[in-house]
Amino acid sequence: MTQPLLELRGVNKSFGAVHVLHDVDFAVYPGQVTALVGDNGAGKSTLVKIIAGIYGRDSGDYVFDGQDVTVHGPRDVAALGVEVVYQDLALCDNLDIVENMFLGREETRGIGLDEVTMEARARETLASLSVRTVKSVRQGVASLSGGQRQTVAIAKAVLWNSKIVLLDEPTAALGVAQTRQVLDLVRRLADRGLGVVLISHNMTDVFEVADRITALYLGRVAADVPAKDLTHSQVVELITAGRSGDLGITNVATATI
Amino acid sequence: MTLQTETTDQQSAAHGFDNDNRQAATIGDAAREYLNRLRGGDMGSLPAILGLVVLFVVFSSLHDRFLTTYNMANLVVQAGSICVLAMGLVFVLLLGEIDLSAGVAGGASATITALVMIDHGWTWWAAALAGIAIGALIGLAIGSLVTLLGIPSFVVTLAFFLALQAVPLKLIGSGGSLRFDNEVLRGLSIKNVPVTAGWIAAVLIVIGFAAVQLFQYRTRATRGLVHKPLALVLVQVAVLAAIVLGLTALLSANRAPNPDIFTIAGIPWVAPVVIALLLFWTFVLTRTRFGRHLYAVGGNAEAARRAGINVTRIKITAFVIASSMAAVSGLLAASYTGKVSPGSGGGNVLLYAVGAAVIGGTSLFGGRGRAIDAVVGGLVIATIPNGLGLLNQASYINFLVTGGVLLLAASVDAVSRRRRSAAGV
Repeated sequence: MTQPLLELRGVNKSFGAVHVLHDVDFAVYPGQVTALVGDNGAGKSTLVKIIAGIYGRDSGDYVFDGQDVTVHGPRDVAALGVEVVYQDLALCDNLDIVENMFLGREETRGIGLDEVTMEARARETLASLSVRTVKSVRQGVASLSGGQRQTVAIAKAVLWNSKIVLLDEPTAALGVAQTRQVLDLVRRLADRGLGVVLISHNMTDVFEVADRITALYLGRVAADVPAKDLTHSQVVELITAGRSGDLGITNVATATI
Repeated sequence: MTLQTETTDQQSAAHGFDNDNRQAATIGDAAREYLNRLRGGDMGSLPAILGLVVLFVVFSSLHDRFLTTYNMANLVVQAGSICVLAMGLVFVLLLGEIDLSAGVAGGASATITALVMIDHGWTWWAAALAGIAIGALIGLAIGSLVTLLGIPSFVVTLAFFLALQAVPLKLIGSGGSLRFDNEVLRGLSIKNVPVTAGWIAAVLIVIGFAAVQLFQYRTRATRGLVHKPLALVLVQVAVLAAIVLGLTALLSANRAPNPDIFTIAGIPWVAPVVIALLLFWTFVLTRTRFGRHLYAVGGNAEAARRAGINVTRIKITAFVIASSMAAVSGLLAASYTGKVSPGSGGGNVLLYAVGAAVIGGTSLFGGRGRAIDAVVGGLVIATIPNGLGLLNQASYINFLVTGGVLLLAASVDAVSRRRRSAAGV
């Protein structure tokens, strides 16, 4: 197996008296989609925020590309090439696609904006992702469908030559056709060699695109296995009970918070 | 692209990304697109233009002196201070905030300018800069209170609206007034650009606009980026040329009531001041990172914050710009009346400016607006006191009309916003 692009080792995190993550190991491999699954309160969001640099760790290592790195905040993480696409998308409705994709990192020429370069690069990125559903890169984001908005948010993350993209519930609010579009895009990102993390509640989506599945149960990693070795019902058991047959936390009884 | 994705995307391929180059190719397409935008609630400056037509029809039918070149020049001068005040307000309105104190901030700043000229003998430009600096300080205080303490801008600026009225009252005294007769500053309103210079400037503006538009068209067309059809660019240049040259011709004619005895001709100096500010702020809003970030904060502050934009700094800067522009507006108002009195900048002034920005197409809900909105809307709003003044109406009518116009503009804004969110434009 190739070396992981990003690896968290033995991460613990507490909020006051509540111990949210227990010795969590988590790895993201280049060219693979890693699905992060778990019930509400299992610690998915906390783990994502630790990866994103929003939360610090109480203990554990943050290893990027084989190197131990110190992460002090979201900017450090972005500098490593890790981008997070949040569920609530963070797009400005009153701006167009190009303006949104470059928001906060606009190209300038002299004192003015370099619209020509930005538009060309946005178009290149969208085309390289085979995004074909957007009518014009100068279209306002308000006029896009949910799937298209998600696409723009993902393209925004890819624009910066990022190596890892974390997607928080990207299909939660989408219809069937739009979910299709986004999942295709997720697959294409991995095919380009990016490490993709997909956080999802939807088992159909997970099995459709994921190469590996990491299941969290009450703040512990219940399983971290290739998706092809798991069945639908095994994952559900891992999520709800923390174990399934030989897999999972050996002594669930002690795995309380 | 594999064959398989080709088929799954078949339906979407109909509106494929490749269609991008095929922007509105003809004038007809462009017109249809514009109509669609209107239907979707994106009215732009259309309500302002309609309002201007209505007001011109009403006033010219009620009073025969309304449409004279003399009165039109007067209208331009009256509109100046409203346009400038509204231009500043566009910045806070873009954030979805409001500055109720802008009018009296202008009055207070003009008081300082007049005082340092009269009592301390400062030259006009130093005095004007002092006034504008006072305006900037007021904006800094408002912006800091709004962002750092988190008080709603409505409350902060209402407090400033009340408190700032004390400044001229204390410095001038109740019932008094300061003369504002500096040759340059007073001259902004009562003197005119020499006719030849006016024509040269007008032609230069038209040529400059055409050059920028054509250059942009060529760059975008050759690089295969989104661009307007060439015919539309030419029409826009022609329309601008007609407006600029037409107004120049109108204002270059001798408009003296007794043309045989003396001559009044040329563009009032206040017009180039407003146009220079318009060009500057339009550049800032549309072509700089600051402008882009301002729109972003107005559209979705959380998204802007996540994109690494310093939202606090953007907000404070917007309030500083608004109050500084209010100071400029206060100077123009003093220049028009020739004096500064304790009531300067009070009364309807602010509501006129808010009405001007909103009727010009700037949204009260934030995220939408342009500097030109303030100028177009300002012309509409200035027509009201101008026409009512000619008709010699009691001042209660003026209040009623102002209130009505503001309400109407806000209604248009709210309705078009609803249509926009329904149509997703």
